[in-house]
This record gives sequence, structure tokens and C-alpha cells, in this order.
Amino acid sequence: MRFFRYLRRNKRLAAGISILTFLFLFATLGRLIAPPANAYPLAVPANQVPSWKYPFGTDSQGRDLLATIVMGTYLTVRIGFLAGVIGLAVGTFLGFIAAYYGGVLDTIIRWVVDVLLTVPGLLVLVVIAAIVGRTLNPTSLSLILALLAWMGPTRTIRSQVLTMRERAFVRVARLSGENSLEIIFKELLPNLLPYLGASLVGAVTGAIFASLGLEQLGLGPMREPTLGMTIYWVQYYGAFVRGLWWWILEPISVIVLIFMGLFFLSSGLDEFANPRVRRVV
Amino acid sequence: MTAILELRNATKIYSSGLINKRVTVALDQVTFAIEGENPMITAIAGESGSGKTTMGMLMLGFLEPTDGHIFYDGRDLWKSSKEEWIRFRREVQAIFQDPFEVYNPFYKVDHVLTVPIEKFKLANSKQEARSKMEEALEAVGLRPGETLGRYPHQLSGGQRQRITVARALLLNPRVIIADEPVSMVDASLRATILESLRKLNREMHIPIMYITHDLATAYHICQNIIVLYRGSVAEAGDVDLIIREPQHPYTQLLVGSIPWPDPDRKWGAGQFMAKGEILGGYGHGCRFAPRCPVAMPVCREQQPPLYRTHGTRAAACYLYKDSPTLEGRDIGRVLNQ
Amino acid sequence: MSNPILQVRDLRVYYYTERGPVKAVDQVSFDLDPSMRLGLVGESGCGKSTMAMGFMRLIRPPGRIQSGQILLDGVDLTRLSQEEMRQTRLRKIALIPQGAMNSLNPVMRVKDQIADGILDHGEALSAVMMRERIAEVLESVDLDPRVANMHPHELSGGMKQRVCVAIAISMRPKVVIADEPTSALDVVVQRQVMETIQRLQQEMGISVILIGHDMGLMAQSVERLVVMYAGRLVEISQVADLFHDPLHPYTQALISSLPTLRQKGVFRGIPGITPLLLNAPEGCLFYPRCPKPRDVCKDRTPLLQEVKPAHWVACHPYGGAA
Repeated sequence: MRFFRYLRRNKRLAAGISILTFLFLFATLGRLIAPPANAYPLAVPANQVPSWKYPFGTDSQGRDLLATIVMGTYLTVRIGFLAGVIGLAVGTFLGFIAAYYGGVLDTIIRWVVDVLLTVPGLLVLVVIAAIVGRTLNPTSLSLILALLAWMGPTRTIRSQVLTMRERAFVRVARLSGENSLEIIFKELLPNLLPYLGASLVGAVTGAIFASLGLEQLGLGPMREPTLGMTIYWVQYYGAFVRGLWWWILEPISVIVLIFMGLFFLSSGLDEFANPRVRRVV
Repeated sequence: MTAILELRNATKIYSSGLINKRVTVALDQVTFAIEGENPMITAIAGESGSGKTTMGMLMLGFLEPTDGHIFYDGRDLWKSSKEEWIRFRREVQAIFQDPFEVYNPFYKVDHVLTVPIEKFKLANSKQEARSKMEEALEAVGLRPGETLGRYPHQLSGGQRQRITVARALLLNPRVIIADEPVSMVDASLRATILESLRKLNREMHIPIMYITHDLATAYHICQNIIVLYRGSVAEAGDVDLIIREPQHPYTQLLVGSIPWPDPDRKWGAGQFMAKGEILGGYGHGCRFAPRCPVAMPVCREQQPPLYRTHGTRAAACYLYKDSPTLEGRDIGRVLNQ
Repeated sequence: MSNPILQVRDLRVYYYTERGPVKAVDQVSFDLDPSMRLGLVGESGCGKSTMAMGFMRLIRPPGRIQSGQILLDGVDLTRLSQEEMRQTRLRKIALIPQGAMNSLNPVMRVKDQIADGILDHGEALSAVMMRERIAEVLESVDLDPRVANMHPHELSGGMKQRVCVAIAISMRPKVVIADEPTSALDVVVQRQVMETIQRLQQEMGISVILIGHDMGLMAQSVERLVVMYAGRLVEISQVADLFHDPLHPYTQALISSLPTLRQKGVFRGIPGITPLLLNAPEGCLFYPRCPKPRDVCKDRTPLLQEVKPAHWVACHPYGGAA
């Protein structure tokens, strides 16, 4: 109950949650209306304008665009989410170790992170995706994207743990007999939940963005109806020139919605986690 | 009789910078031992930068000495086994300065009591644990019903600090290091908390190291005092003697600056150097020489040894060079123990 | 006896929270003479910092000055417009807030921070005059003029605090309020800062209100002392008189809880806890903790009465009828 009251005051968080909930329902319930099988080529007549039969129209490969967008939303978000979670898990683990144990370990991890952050991510992805080629599917794409997603969280978590490590309650925990691992999990981790949440949203957003970038270059899972691939086909088949406006508008609108939802969520969480920004107690 | 906790020439030096090495001597060769037979409350007094907190952290095993040794029950602490460290952790406890920072904001205040009970196996059942906690809280003047089950931000600073003292009571350690336990607590509550500390010392026979910059409270609950200035011992010994008749010029300055709540006893006039502030490092010689009103040439050349001016006091000042030097710089010899 | 420089009459500062009004400052009245050092002492949460902010008209919503007058040299500060009040700050009345030394701008030199205040309050000084003024002001707080070119992090705690004092007196105000100016400093530096403030006060004829909770510091530094409890004033007197003959039970308990050089080892705390200022009840707020309460104390709020010459107390047994 207090949560809903808080939502009423933190409008950004409310907006973010609403948009993402809507997209979630769209992706799950949408399957009941538009069978996923129709999201693949030659399922239905091509190039149909939106009508009662095909509310979102169809594309040049004969995909029902309603089914495509429903599946696409699910797949794209899943790719981003998986990549984000893996990246966050690895990043958190490394960040904790680097900050808590310090010394040589910290120097190595920090050095690796700093060097890798300067490498242009998209180039790396393009090379890897090109090598993997036809065997690329959404799950393997997630794993590849996770390679880029872990560096940011490592830095954030590391700096948070560094500040917390010197606080008096950690000393008291040591005097109470807790060993280092227990301190990390029982004392430090719970206090990091807001940062973890914010990092997760950031990592997911970044991963989705990267996946879209790769896919619309034609380096994604070619068969799957992800949102990025849809945009690729839009370009490939010259939808602009041919006036197939529905095919262009739909994936773009959903992508905008996804990013808006994530942005508001992140902004709302930011206010929640930072008591000074919080305008209400 | 082996001392419980002993510092032998304990030194802590911080160096920073790769090319232009800047060296800060936080603590310089301090030797003294905490005995258990006749447990006393000993004050470690000094201003910020004196090394008193460093000394506390060394005694708690949170800092490793750059030079010298820390002995616990006769064994070198930093060469001890894991079991010995666990025992050390349980038997040497602390009360910290900030009543808010010692609590993990994620947990209720019970956390600081339940964790050590569990880790040190102080109770055999949940009920026993609960009753021990309640007993400890009541002993410091708190009502368990009003304090247990609450989050730190729901309690006042005074309550939180008293819970910290209750924790020490509960753990029944062999030594307590209290780092400025009342400086962040209101004046009216200090009396209660200090009384609890005295109870820990008298009734439970626990020696306490009382780290502070407030000489007024130190005078009241301590029997001994060690005055530190910039990492070195300036003066040490019986607290009555030292505060009523300070011998080291720095101690005189310190004692003269105590704001006694007595309008008839104002701050001493004169003997004050407001402009003598040094912003940089120090050279050889007595650390206090730049500010000392009676500094002699020898003071700037070499650091003075500790001179034993009485059975229960010693001062590190060339003014007393006619007295014998303190053997081994062992402060323990001049403290009431 | 000249007119008081500051007269506070029935000042009330309330915070309107969701759970009810918090009477942070309630029915406060007292006088401050010119060139005098007044202490305002009380535990944390008793409303003294709020009162200081109230004098400077710096209270933010949900708090507001509910009613009352603050007469500075005859001008009622509560009736001034925002712009008029802004001009009054620093020129006529200055505040050294709690934690001021940590709030100095880390990227500005000391001289710029001092000049900032002066320029902002409409005093147009040429570069040469400004430099002279800054040197003068630093000298008056016993700081080497070279400090002007330094940044705050290069200074020690005591020096930073004296820079804050310098800023406060840079326009020679009539009243300076210092809120816990020495709380993070050790005894030696504390004495330095307090003696500096004292000297300035005597040389420049400024009145100083020293806010704190350390009775010891008050005994050493101020001439007259106001004791505050739970938003209300309970006793006002010259400092020597207060320590020799405290009348209000709270003052008595406060004084006897302090360590002195005379009696070693005698400690008496004050039982009970400070009351919440939220939804404060009628009657004397010290009633639950008072060692010798009377029935009338529960229902009727005692008012300040001059029970001895220049010694006021708000306590029914002395005749403080509401």
C-alpha cells in the first residue's frame, strides 16, 4: 500500500512501470491474438495495408506484422535483459572483489576495465557477430552483448563498495565475528540494492541499444523477428520508397516506448535511491 | 603476569606519492601494556592528528604496524593463527564515536546484538539470546520494548550510543577500546553513558582505553592518561597529577584550554600562540618545538626521551632532563595498574 | 542603558508536516544588548538552530514564521520584503551556520569568497580597496594575509572556521549569530576561535549570539545565557548568576550533569528522553522529567517572569502563571 502511495508521488517511476507493464502485457497477451508462427516469412500474403484481418498489416516477406511486433518486443527485451543480467552479475562480482580485497587484484581488474572501456564496442561486436555468422540466435547474441555490459557495473559497484568498506558498521561487523565473505553478502550487498537496480536498468538499456545497432546492420539472428531485424528488412526491401508506412512506423514506435519506459524507470529509481533528491520522505 | 594487550615500539608511517615521497608518522614508537589484574580506565588524549585514533586502530587489529609489534596474550598478533584471531576479535571490543554510522541502515538495531551472539555462540537458544539482550539493554538504562525491533533512524543518538555500550556489556570482552564515545552525544546524556563505562570497568573488571580530546570527561572517569602530540607521547601517568599540574608545555596548553563549566575558572590568560600554525611537515627534534613558548635550541635538534619525573608520571621534555629516562620508553611503568 | 539591538517578541516558528504542526520555536521573547555576548544553549532538537534561521528569515516550507516580531535596531525583520531582507543579511545581521567550515567553496580562493559577500550586498569597492578590506578582515581574525590566496583545503579546521568568521564580519554587522562554531574542533583550536570572536566583539562593538549545547563553552565565552528546552525558553540570566543559582529544574539538572574540576567522579544524568516537538501538549514541556513537579505544571504553560534582577525563569513554583 505504501508502495502505491509512493508511486503516486514519484511520477517518473510510475510512468516507467506503467509503460513497461503495458509492453509486457502486449508481448504476452498479444500472442493469444496473433499466433507466433505468423511472424515468420511466407505465413500470410505480403505487403498488406493494415486492415481488420491484419491490424498491423504485413511486410514484404509475408510476415503478419502484429505477430512480428509482438514477438519482436519479447525477443528484443529478452536479449537486452539477459545480456544486462549477465553483465551485471559479472560486473558486481568483479567490482566487489576489487574493492574489498584491494591490492594487486584491484589493480588488475581496474586496468582491464579501463582498457576495455576505451575499445569501441560496436566494432568489437561487428567483428564477433560476423565471425559467428549464421549460427547467431537471440541467446548467443545476448552472450556476446554481455561481453560489453560488464564493465560499467564493475566500476560503479567498485566505487560504492570502496566508500562503504571504511564505514563504522563494517568495523563493528568484523568485531562481531563476521568474516570477509559474510560482510560482503550480509552487510554490503543489501545496501547496494538501489545501485544494483539502477545499474541493471542501465545495462539492459545499453544492451538493447547495441542489439538494435547490430541487427539493423544485418548482423543479428536473420530468421528471428526481433525489432532490429525488422528495421533491417525495412531498409532491405526499400519500404520508404515503396510507401509501406505501417511497416516503418510500428517497430519504431515500440522501440521508442521501450526506451521511454526504461528511462522513466531509471529516473524514478534514481530519485528513490537518493534520499536528497527525494522530494518526499 | 602477561599483559592482555601490549604495544611494543608500535609505529605507523604513511607514505604517499611515487616520486616525491611524503611521509607522515602517525604514531612513533609507543610502548605500553594493558594489564588485566587491576583493570583501569586509561585515557588516550590528544588533538586531531595526534595519533590517538591510529593507536586505537592498532590495538583493535584494524591497522598493521609499520614497525614494532602488537602482542595479544603474549602472542604476536600479526603472526597469529586464524583461531587466535577469532578469539582476539571476540575478546577485544570497541565503542565507536558516531552513533549512527555503527549501524547498518538496512537492518534493525537488533542486528548489532544478534550477530555476535550467533557468531561467538553466546547463547544456546533464541530465548536465551533474547533475554541476554534485554538484560544488557536494561543495564544501560534502556527499555527493550522501545528499542528492539526498531531501525537506527527511528532512535535518538543517545539511545543508539547506549545500545553500543549494551553490546559491549553483552560480549563481556577482556578489553574495551572506546573511541570518543560521547563526543557526538548531547552534554546531558554524556553522564549516563560514562556511568555505564565506569560500571563496565568496576563491576565487570574490564580495562578500558578511553580515546578522547575532551580532558574534562577524561579527568572524571580515568585513572591514567597518555597525552599524544603528533604521534609521540608528550606526557603519561596518573590523571590527577597530570591534569592538576601538567609538566609538558603541550599538556599545559591543553589543560588550560579546557572549557570548564565554571564561570569562576576562565581560560588562562597569555601563553598562547595563535599565529604559530604550521601547515607543512615537521623536521627533527621535538614535534611541539615550533609552538612551544619555552623551546630551547636542543629541542629543535633531537626528540626528547621520556623522563620519569615521578613514580607515576613521565614527560617527554628537556625541561626535565635531570630526571631519569623511562626504561624502554615503557609507559606501562608509570601508569596505575 | 541603551536600547537593545535585537528584541524578539513572542516568536513562533512552526513546521507544518503531514502528521501535524511541529512547534520548533514557541513563544520566544528576549533582548540582546549592543556589544554583548549572549549564549543560547539547549540539547539537539530543541529548536535553537531553527531560531537562528528564523532571525535570518531563512526558514523554508513546510516551516514558516507563524507570528511574532524580530526587531533589529527598531526594524521588524518579519515585515521586510525579500529584497530588503537580503540587503539586511550580512550588513546588519550575519550568520555562521553549523558546519560552515565544511561549506566553503573548495574551488574558490579565500579572498574571492570574502569578496563575494561584500559585492553581493551592493558595496562597490575598487580592486585596491577590496584587497585592503580583505587583508583587514583576515588580520582581525588573526590570520596571515597570505591566506587570502589559498584554497580551503589548504587550511586547518580552525583556520577555515576563522575564515567563516571573517566573512561574517566583513561588512561590520550589528549582530553575528554563530551556530555551534567549534563543534568539530579540538579544545585548543576551540579556545583560539572563541577568543578571536570575543576580541572582535569587543573591538567592533558587535553583539554575538553563540548557539551550542556545551555549557562549559558557554561559561567561558558568554556574558548572558538563555536556556532553551523543547522550543521554549526556560531561563535567562547573567552567566555567573546562572551557574551559582540555577532556578529552573532543567538548568539545575543540566549543570549537575557536567564534570567540574572540583568534584571528581560525581555524575548525574537527566532521566527520560527529550520530548518530540510534534503535537506538543499544553502545560510545561519539562513536566514528565521534572524532579519536583506540581499539578498546575501539567495543564498550564509557565511564562517567563523576572524573578530576580535580570534573571528570568519560566517555572510555576516561581510564579510563572500562564
